[in-house]
This record gives sequence, structure tokens and C-alpha cells, in this order.
Amino acid sequence: MDSRSEILKRLRAAAPPPAPLPDPRSETVPYADPLAQLEAALQAVAAVPVRVAGVAALPEAVAAVVAQLGATRIASAVPGAAPGTVRPEELADPHELEGLDLAILPGEFGVAENGAIWVNAAALPHRGVFVVTQHLALVLPAREVVTDMHAAYARIAALPRSYGLFIAGPSKTADIEQALVIGAHGARSCTVFLVG
Amino acid sequence: MKVALFIPCYVDQLYPHVGMATVRVLEKLGVEIVYPEEQTCCGQPMANAGFADDAAPLARKFLEVFGRFEHVVCPSGSCTSMVRNHYDPYLAGAPGFEALKQGTFELCEFITDVLKVARIPGRYPLKVGLHQSCHGLRELRLGSASELLVPRYSKVASLLSSLEGIELVPLARPDECCGFGGTFAVAEEAVSCMMGRDRIADHVKAGAEVVTGTDVSCLMHMDGLARRAGERVRFRHVAEILAEAMA
Amino acid sequence: MIGHAERAARFAADDARAHWHDQALWWVRAKRDKAASAVPDWERLRGLASAIKAHTQSRLADYLEEFERNATAAGARVHWARDAEEHNAIVHRILADRGATRLVKSKSMLTEECHLNPYLEARGIEVVDTDLGERIVQLAHEPPSHIVLPAIHRKKEEIGELFHHKLGTAAGLSDPKVLTEAARGHLRERFMRAQAGLTGVNFAVAETGHVVVCTNEGNADMGTSLPPIHIACMGVEKLVPRLADLAVFLRLLARSATGQPTTTYTTHFLGPLRGGELHIVVVDNGRSRLLADETFRRALHCIRCGACMNTCPVFRRSGGYSYAYTIPGPIGSVLAPSVDPRAHASLPFASSLCGSCDDVCPVRIPLHDQLLARRRDAARAGLLSSGKRLGMRLAGMVLRSGFLYLLASRLGKLLGRALPRRILYGRWNVWGRQRELPPLPRESFRDLYRQHRSERRG
Repeated sequence: MDSRSEILKRLRAAAPPPAPLPDPRSETVPYADPLAQLEAALQAVAAVPVRVAGVAALPEAVAAVVAQLGATRIASAVPGAAPGTVRPEELADPHELEGLDLAILPGEFGVAENGAIWVNAAALPHRGVFVVTQHLALVLPAREVVTDMHAAYARIAALPRSYGLFIAGPSKTADIEQALVIGAHGARSCTVFLVG
Repeated sequence: MKVALFIPCYVDQLYPHVGMATVRVLEKLGVEIVYPEEQTCCGQPMANAGFADDAAPLARKFLEVFGRFEHVVCPSGSCTSMVRNHYDPYLAGAPGFEALKQGTFELCEFITDVLKVARIPGRYPLKVGLHQSCHGLRELRLGSASELLVPRYSKVASLLSSLEGIELVPLARPDECCGFGGTFAVAEEAVSCMMGRDRIADHVKAGAEVVTGTDVSCLMHMDGLARRAGERVRFRHVAEILAEAMA
Repeated sequence: MIGHAERAARFAADDARAHWHDQALWWVRAKRDKAASAVPDWERLRGLASAIKAHTQSRLADYLEEFERNATAAGARVHWARDAEEHNAIVHRILADRGATRLVKSKSMLTEECHLNPYLEARGIEVVDTDLGERIVQLAHEPPSHIVLPAIHRKKEEIGELFHHKLGTAAGLSDPKVLTEAARGHLRERFMRAQAGLTGVNFAVAETGHVVVCTNEGNADMGTSLPPIHIACMGVEKLVPRLADLAVFLRLLARSATGQPTTTYTTHFLGPLRGGELHIVVVDNGRSRLLADETFRRALHCIRCGACMNTCPVFRRSGGYSYAYTIPGPIGSVLAPSVDPRAHASLPFASSLCGSCDDVCPVRIPLHDQLLARRRDAARAGLLSSGKRLGMRLAGMVLRSGFLYLLASRLGKLLGRALPRRILYGRWNVWGRQRELPPLPRESFRDLYRQHRSERRG
């Protein structure tokens, strides 16, 4: 018997009696001000939330961050956010992303309970751009905030099934004596522009 | 009300005054006591060491001795839990076993839950550290374990704090294990003793003059360590404190 | 035979270090308490997680088939491995067939369990663990001492020394920021030249075919978005039925593990990188045997958060290596005997049975009951030392008969009084090495109670 059949056979033979699958409904009381809660949650995961009045004000807000970081090699997947100096779609090999100072990516929605932003990275020309870049900026319409992870998966289930991820702040580690260090492998900072 | 007194073997032999304190507390609260002399060990030491075959006859003997009583009261959370939570493999289905399980109580929970006494009249003007023995805390749920996100309560602390003049000191780790653990105390001597010393240090740092708890076994372990180290803090079973305060 | 007690005693002998270790992990436990308390329905979530796992177990084969269909439709290739050897051979074949000799790995306890690294290294593959903690222990030629905090047993000065020798950093460094930056540079170079990336799997979703990987560092994402080959290795128990179930587990996982509200990167892989390959290796390696065991199957609920280790007063003071098994701590002591009951016979006894692990476990594994059950199994199989067996038998016999019990304790008391201290506290007395013996009162409770009765009657 091949391994697949044998494993499945063993698991069927070992299976415990049927048990019901519960419905994981949310019991989180919706936040009075979801956006304010998201901002607090973002700060808790070491991200930097920046409120932007509207799409028109975005370039200026981005420019301030670019200046502050001294970023010169910038890739933007958000139309109108910033004049990208690197166009990932023209790179044949993801390794060429190395040396990127800042990547600006669209977020789909934010989760108020934990500061995670859902990113549909499958739409990007090179999906690793969010982690290879030295700094990351996510752009999120301020109205796109869900209460908790239950609501988040309801949103994801409605999207086309694809590769995607939650990003909650910059890359971090506490593997040396539990001391929190920002910038382990991926982005050293994570700015989240909340637009509108 | 009439109750049968279940005195664990080590209390009988090593801490008889804890048994007597239990008697005095219950009598003061108007309870009539029966002490069946034919009782022996409940079997916990054997069961916890893995020797189910040796524990089984003791469990059967326990049912034989105590099965005829409506209420059984014991000054030990651990031994009470043995009956309530760990006798199933030996006695499941035996006549009278379910009633025995439901009728066996640790002293403090008997006072709060069965006698429905919330306040103990008496005075105990000392700083007291409460050691929440693990089996009482997490198997009998005499209090809310610090890991659980449930409303905070402690049946033992509520009885103690009803005493006049008592001050329950706040601990850095409110319910860490003392490291006794039955045979663990000997089989894993190094870690057991380190755990015990750490518990004592927490109580001492909090200013406790007396450390109390529902289980003499934990207190015996910490007392042994404290006396060796020359610590001044004293160890008293909760029954002793209640009896002294009510006297 | 050397068991946990002897290894633990060695760790505890360095009192300052053992306390340093205890404090570090207690701090993580405290962070967990704080994070959990921010979730109002925490206890309900634990119940849900446990129920979802129990349901999934009852239909695991069906869910695996559903997962395979969906993952395959999205472009992944699913492989099946009965045991560690087959798992290692599959991974090696994938690499060898493509001429890949440089592999970057993110954390996977499964590959530790299968001893994949030495297997691949013996076959000419360079394996680089990329989680910072895992890289530290890899450079030190050690296994991880904790499943979430692999280098928790190492002091920063020791890591500075290690990096000085292995990575050529300046001597005397100990600032975690500086050391992490050095590792970042060193590992980024490894990422850039890697030909394949391997990850573990936190969750696999039957209804979509996603495999979900959680990291804080982003190493799993680096290792799977630069090289074209991604190999994801998972035990059969990682399945959840639906996307919606992830909400329950993700709300529990990071809070239980490190006290964070969520991990930084929670990546839902579906299909390969453009032009690349995704291989998913589904491994049994004893899990179906555990599933068949009614007493212990709930141990398969484990989501590897490490909370039982952080809360365990024994683990904190004995260190991960004292367990001498891939997964240490309470859950490891339950799992290890199913792999080799004789070699790991001492582990179920490495616990005071305080039960804190049960209450902290996000999927409600009844750990201390299972430890007790493992003790029974060890005793039944005759795996306990003859001394322990004899002592307990004797105690059982004496205690069963009231008369013998009274006689023996009276005799013991007589001896206790008569013996001089140096004999009473001789080498035989393990209790008395660090502790005073309890007092030996003249009368038993029985005696006192009889007097009390007669006084009351009189």
C-alpha cells in the first residue's frame, strides 16, 4: 500500500466517535470607535499609524515618511501615493528587490483587536516585496476596519481565494534574553496610512 | 448535621493537632462528628506514583468505610480531590460511589458551600500568607487559578479574611506550586526544594508572619525547608488558624 | 539509568542561572496573562478550539483529502510520509532532483522531531535555520531548549561570544540589538543565495487548501519568496476544517505563546511563487497511533504555543534539555512516551501535578491527568526503577491494613526519637538533605480524638 492510502486508512481506523463542529461566532462587543482602537492596536505591535485626511493628502504624508527615512529606492503599488523609483513589475528576479528602502503596499482591511492588516500579496509582481524591503508602508482606507479575527475571516472568505497575509507591525524578535528588537529579517518599520 | 471525619494518614500520625483543630472548628459550627477508626490511607501516594493496582484496594476500603455517610469532611484538598476526581478508575459503577464523591468535602468548602457560613467569628491579628495548594485550587476549584480568565474568588481566603485583625499579604506569584507533589518531593528533590524555597521567599518578602493552606503536606515541605534555613516564618494549617481564632 | 531528575538536578545546581531561567519564563507567562485578559471571551475561545480539534480528529482523513484536493488545485504538490525516515527522504529527493544544495528553514518542530537537518547535511545539503533563536542554537550545535523560545537558556553574553567565533562579530558584544543586526546581515546573505526554503505549518485549511505559517521575524516569508522552491512540512494534526476556524486559533496562539495580540506575519500560502513550486509534506510519524489511543488523543490538539512550558514550575527550574526530547515540558512529557516508553519513562514524573498547564493550555489538553495516566502506564509496563516499585508496594501493603500501619508508624517514631541526628539525616534520607523532618508527636490523632471523646462524655 502506498503511504497516502496507508496513512488515511490508519487515521480512519483510529478516528474517535463523531463530534460536532461548533460555529465560532464572535462575542466581541463592537468598538465605539473602531479606527481609534485600530490605531492603539497598531501602536501596540510597534507600527506607526498616520491618519491622512483624504487621497489627495496621501502624497504629502508619504513624502514626509520618505524624507524621514532618507529612502531613495522606493517601490509603490499604491497609485498616486508616491513616485516609485523602482518598478517591481520590471524586475525579472525577486532577488533584485534587495536594497529597496521602502515599499508602499495597499492593505485590504485592518483588524481593530490586534493591529493586523490583511494584504493581498498575490496581486503584487513579487510577493516577497513586503519582507525584503528595509521599510514598509501600508495604505488603508480608514473605513476598512473590522472588529476582530472572526470578522476578518468573514471578509477573507468573500475575497477570491488566494495567497495573502496579515501584517502586524514591523519584523521583530525577542530571541535574545526576551529583549524586543525591531527589524529581525523583514521591514525595520511599518507605517500605516489610514486614509479618509 | 452529622459528618464523618476523614483524617489523612500523615495528619493522623504527624499532625494530629491539625485533625483536632478540624474537630474543634466543626464542633463550634454546630456539626456532630463521627470518626470511623477503621479508616486508612486514601491511596493517593500510590496512585500518583503510577501504582494503580496498589491504590485500588485502598479506594475500595474507603468506600466501605465512608460510603454510609451523607457528608465526609477532610482537612486536605489533595486527599479530597483523590476521592472526588481520581477514584473513578477504581470505583466507577460501585454502589454508593457517586453519592460518596458528591458528599466528600475539603474543610473550607464544606464550611462555605454546605454549612453556608461566610463569616467566622474570631480574631487572628497576624499577617498571613495563603498558600493555595494546587489540588485544592485546580482540582477542587477552591479558588480561581491565576491562569484562568474567570471572576476572582477564593473560598479559603474569604473565610480567613472574615477574621478580625487578620491581614492576608499579597504575593508576587499568587498560586505557584510549592514543589511538594507527593513522591515528587523525593524523586525530584532538587527542583522540589528550589520550588519550595521560592514559595517561602515570596511569602517572607510579602511580610507574612504565618503561612497557611489547606494541605499539611505542602506546609510540611515548606516548613522543613524554612526550619533548615532558619526562617522565622511559621506554618499553620487553615483549621488551626480558624480554631485558634474561634477559641 | 539517568532520567529527568538527574538532569534537572544538574541544571538546578547553578542556583542563580536556574532562577534567571525561571524569571525569564515567568515574565512570558505574565505577558500571556495580560494578553489573554484583554480578550473577554477567552475561556469560551479555549472551549471552541478544543471542540474544533475534537471534531477535526473524528474526520481527519476526510479533511486531509479535502485539503489535498484544494491545495493541489491551487498548484501545490502534496506528499505523504508514514514516518520520519520517509519524510526526510521526500524532502531530500525534492532538493536533489532540482540540484538544490542550499536550504533555508524557518521554525518547524516536526523537522526537529524527524532529525531532518543531520539527514540533509549528511547528503551534502547546507541547511540554515533562520529563526534567530534557532540559528543561535544551530551555531552552538545544540537542539532548541524550548519550542517557541529556542535559545531561552542562553545569556546574551554567551550569544555575543558565539557570534564572535562563528560570525566574526567584535568580541565582547552583548547588546541584543547589535547582535540581532549582525544576525540579520548574516542571514540575509543566506536568504539571497538559498535555492529552496522550508517552513513548518501552523494550520492547514481543508476547505481552501491554505497552509498558514506564523512568524514574528518574517523569516518564513523571506525563505519562501526569494528561492523558487517552498517545502512546507506538517503533521496530520495541523488541519482545521474552515477558514473561519483560524479566527479561534489565531486569537489564542500568539497570546498564549508570547503575550502578543498576534504574530507579525500570518501568511496564508496557497500555491507556489510565480514560476516556482510548493511541496507540502504530510507526516504521520506516530500520530495515527496516538489518535487511536483514547486516553492520549487529546494531546494531538496541541498547537505548539509553549504556554505549558512557561507556566510549568518544573520546566522553569530544570530547563528544556532536562527532558531530553524534542518537545520538552508538560506536553512533551505526555508525547515522548508514545515514541519510546522506556527511554522517556522518567518524564511523566517530572511534574508536581500542579495542573497549571491544564489551565493555561489554549486547546484545553488535560495535561496533568495525562501525565498521571502515563505514570500508570509506566508502572504497568514495569518501567520504573525497582527501588521506587518496592517502596510503593510496601507502603501500599502497610497502609491497607490499619493494624500494620499503626504498628509501623509507632515503630518509626520510636526509632526517630532514639536516633542521633547524624544517622537520622544520613545519606539514605533524601527528604532530610535540604529539609527538616516533620515533628514526631507523642500521640496520633486517633489517640487525641479518643481522649477528646471521653472528656466530652465525662
